[in-house]
Amino acid sequence: MTAPAAATREPPAPRHLLDFGGWTAANVMALFATTDVMAQVLTRTIKKVPALQGFTVATLFFEDSTRTRLSFDRAARAQSADVISFAAGGSSLKKGESLRDTLRTVDRLQVDLYVVRHPASGAPHQLARWTDAAIVNAGDGRRAHPTQALLDAYTLLKRIGAPGDAPFAGKRLTIVGDIDHSRVARSNVELFTLLGGEVTLCGPATLVPREFGDLPGVRLAHGLEEAVEGAHAVMALRLQQERMSAGLLPSLAEYVARYQLTERVMAGAAPGAVVMHPGPLVRDLELDSALADGPRSLIEEQVANGVPVRMAVLYTLLVGKR
Amino acid sequence: MQSANPQPQNVTFKATLMAGPELERALKRIAHEIVERNKGAEGLAMVGVHTRGVPIAERLATLIEEFEGIRPHVGKLDITLYRDDLTEIALQPVVKKTEVDFDVHGTRMVLCDDVLYTGRTARAALDAIIDMGRPAVIQYAVMVDRGHRELPIRADYVGKNVPTSAAEVVQVKLVEVDGVDAVELWERA
Repeated sequence: MTAPAAATREPPAPRHLLDFGGWTAANVMALFATTDVMAQVLTRTIKKVPALQGFTVATLFFEDSTRTRLSFDRAARAQSADVISFAAGGSSLKKGESLRDTLRTVDRLQVDLYVVRHPASGAPHQLARWTDAAIVNAGDGRRAHPTQALLDAYTLLKRIGAPGDAPFAGKRLTIVGDIDHSRVARSNVELFTLLGGEVTLCGPATLVPREFGDLPGVRLAHGLEEAVEGAHAVMALRLQQERMSAGLLPSLAEYVARYQLTERVMAGAAPGAVVMHPGPLVRDLELDSALADGPRSLIEEQVANGVPVRMAVLYTLLVGKR
Repeated sequence: MQSANPQPQNVTFKATLMAGPELERALKRIAHEIVERNKGAEGLAMVGVHTRGVPIAERLATLIEEFEGIRPHVGKLDITLYRDDLTEIALQPVVKKTEVDFDVHGTRMVLCDDVLYTGRTARAALDAIIDMGRPAVIQYAVMVDRGHRELPIRADYVGKNVPTSAAEVVQVKLVEVDGVDAVELWERA
């Protein structure tokens, strides 16, 4: 005679999503299972559930963003949370005390979760020390952008993932571009390796820090063809043109000639390899237009998965934590 | 679905309330009652609440098909996102998929679950269904009604009424989930 089964519970996720420190592969896979359900909610006639009724989500953006902020806003409202938003010009607010004062003011509005974007690396970590609310990092300096990595991994999972807690075992992701200034690259390295995969980083030598090569599961390649060879997925990063004036890049034409992803370059990748881009996409710069619109491209899926992934993040961090 | 299944080490077995054949007979009776009340099987939809409401809905649909030659629609409902006690759950509850692949509009829907207790699951299920469309009628079938309602909700079809104390736990076991058909009474230590 067996006793009644205990209610099934996943291991609890960490309190915050600052980066993937403290997150296990099982936590992430449970979040992806929730994402499946959220994606389905968004296909219904009434695209809204009462799951987060009574919770307040605040978006604190100290750096310009339209897409990420709108996507979090939609994710919160689709679960009936209340949303307040705070946007500040990056230059008007300095780090340190003024950030703390801002938080102190907004905290009075009984916020349960903050979505924070800040130009200074580590700002969301600092905020987490000053409030009892949960923090979701929506991008801090060049450090981390975990929800972008989650939606990238979720998108890849649907195309090349295997079942279990190491869905990317034996799979290779190549990231091309300005690795050094990219929080998207850092978070993708962290998450893809957490889920069992290997990452190859490629870009101009001035933009690929050597110490990345010491991370487990990560290798560096300077030539694009070498980097793409055998890869299952190739991600082109957005080229921030302001870097060029800093002398880190020779010229746009040279970048295109050496690092633009094209169908010809992709011919060396694993069969059925896919192409990704975190957006916004400048056509025919990082990625050849025909490739971006072709069957290898996951760019549209990446955009479409933004809201359900962020719904799952808010749900996971808020439910049961009050 | 009971909101609080206790940990196995905290409960002791008291009695078997229904054995396999009794449970099967109760399902057959309910299937007949559903057909009688709805004057046939036309437009019927059986929707099971995860976890054990799902096989109950499937079995009722199969029985109704045997009796009437028409198979009702079958759907699965997860009500986690509609619960009113989410803030009281300590760890992350697992959200399962809702699979209602037919148009609920105008159907004669029978919501199926294993145990009716406080009525909060039924309340959440009604909200979830109404967000999908407008059934002509929603009826409620449960294997066990154990009393202690906290909301004005009742079942239209009941396998067995079981008076219980709050310290007791009613466990409906089904072959599809548990490997055996039975209704058992347990008590918290």
